[in-house]
Amino acid sequence: MAKAPTFDIPAFREDLANPAMVEGAMDHSQPFVAKPEHQEDLGFPGELVENWEQKAVEKLGDLLGKNKALRVYLDSCVKCGACTDKCHYYIGTGDPKNMPVARQDLLRSLYRRHFTLAGKIAPGLVGARDMDKEMLDDWYKYFHQCSQCRRCSVFCPYGIDTAEISMAARDIMDHIGVGQKYSNEILAKVHKIGNNLGLPKPALIDTMEGLEEDVLEDDGVAVRFPVDVQGADVLLVTPSADFFAEPHVDGLIGYAKVFHQAGINWTVSSYASEAANFAMFIGSYEQMHKVAARIRQAALDLGVKRVIFGECGHAWRVAYSFLNSLAGPWDFLDPKYPVPQHILEVTHDLIQRGAINLDPSANDDMTLTFHDSCNVARGSGMGNMEGGQFIIPREVIKASVNKFVEMDPATTCEKTFCCGGGGGLLTDDLMELRVKGALPRMEALKDVVDNNGVTHMAAICAICKSQFSKVMPYYGFPMDMIVSVHQLVSDAIQLGTKE
Amino acid sequence: MAYEIDGKSFESDEEGYLIDLSAWNEQLADLIAKDEEIDMTDEHWEVVNFLREYYNEYQIAPAVRVLVKAIKKKFGKDKGSNKYLYELFPYGPAKQACKIAGLPKPTGCV
Repeated sequence: MAKAPTFDIPAFREDLANPAMVEGAMDHSQPFVAKPEHQEDLGFPGELVENWEQKAVEKLGDLLGKNKALRVYLDSCVKCGACTDKCHYYIGTGDPKNMPVARQDLLRSLYRRHFTLAGKIAPGLVGARDMDKEMLDDWYKYFHQCSQCRRCSVFCPYGIDTAEISMAARDIMDHIGVGQKYSNEILAKVHKIGNNLGLPKPALIDTMEGLEEDVLEDDGVAVRFPVDVQGADVLLVTPSADFFAEPHVDGLIGYAKVFHQAGINWTVSSYASEAANFAMFIGSYEQMHKVAARIRQAALDLGVKRVIFGECGHAWRVAYSFLNSLAGPWDFLDPKYPVPQHILEVTHDLIQRGAINLDPSANDDMTLTFHDSCNVARGSGMGNMEGGQFIIPREVIKASVNKFVEMDPATTCEKTFCCGGGGGLLTDDLMELRVKGALPRMEALKDVVDNNGVTHMAAICAICKSQFSKVMPYYGFPMDMIVSVHQLVSDAIQLGTKE
Repeated sequence: MAYEIDGKSFESDEEGYLIDLSAWNEQLADLIAKDEEIDMTDEHWEVVNFLREYYNEYQIAPAVRVLVKAIKKKFGKDKGSNKYLYELFPYGPAKQACKIAGLPKPTGCV
């Protein structure tokens, strides 16, 4: 594992035009298949079922009945080609099956065969195909080379959302017994223990106590990191990576300092100690509901008035866009506050009102840029303003640092590139894909490093942070170049100045 | 996959993590480390032993920060850093050291 990589690391491109196409370049890439126990924990068949070809078609029919958008996406592609060079995995690998239109066609061909008149009568003329082993293999490989980042849909004149198609395909595969180990094992852990990591309550308490000691030692202030505090005002729901990994934990310290300084009485829950909802990645509404229901239960049990989410990209999409239909109504919470609220909205509001003091010179050893996370950028909003999900993180960073530089606008805001590890692909068995998929972001970063002296890149997603700290060294950047936004807040906040 | 010692076989998952955590012993750790191209020094053993102790108490590997703190206490300030742990375990202290310690791989967004 420490050995040299067995694949070529893509070179930075001189010319950012269409990459050279390499047929079959990633035909060998696929994640580990879920074991029967991972499948059965989620109520999916343990292994490939009998009659799976037929079962797959039936499941597709079921999804088309429930999700009208899916049918529109499968019907409306006119093969204009606008999406072809917009996917980071296509740019990084050159494999034509990673063109979004080609990825969609993997499912579209089956749809046409069974759900359109032309496909039923003359399949050969309209690219309609029956499900067979070859198709299933292609699905498993290439629907696990889509991070569901939705960049391609920004450029599609019809707004076709490849992420929805890839979610549907993964859902169908789960239902015929071919799931992905990484996502499904993690979901089972959430159901059993409450978080993706499998961090039990005593370990969570020990970790939080350790952070209290650290902050007291470093800043001389008794900032609390409460767990399961009955009657707290705020339930913080944050990715469990915030309790475990670097630089995530520095962000968690930042949230705690903000709460401390603003006098907000908060807690985390050991029952709902996870913001992430990997059920979105596998396209399972039932699983998504089950994971979200834990947050509702924890909020009720602890009697909180507000629910605030930490820095996690897809969690914020699920929370911002679906929380009410998944786990609402939230009428027991304080109506004065948005449900849910993002930690950045809280910090931003406190800065605006002058309720916390930040000294940006504390971060003068750094020049920052910001990586927009795909699910925040394209799947949600923030604050009561158009584009708040772009403005608010930047405002908070600029209040915390003096030197901030934007990357190429073709790679930020709604056009941001995925880190390369989103959508359930942040697993070691897909390392080649992750490294190659990071290419366009690494190119944009290199540009501001070389020309503007950028030293660090901030992000607001646990997956982005882990992905970058792992893949940046392949491109010659140090792993600690990626930081949490609230890590910058943590460094700049003047504790004790607004008691 | 499996590790073999003196004709005895120890099953592992696709990535080389031991299936039966109770089967672990120091000889096996040496073998897994060799597979990872790591020569076990006293410092490596210190990390591995700390991971196992922590796991026995909490049923999970410690956060990177907790590990750094423990190593700092034991070996002093210049070795108490994430960077130092990566020098010992280039693929990451959490994942690679867990594998050698016979513990399950940390999962999630890490």
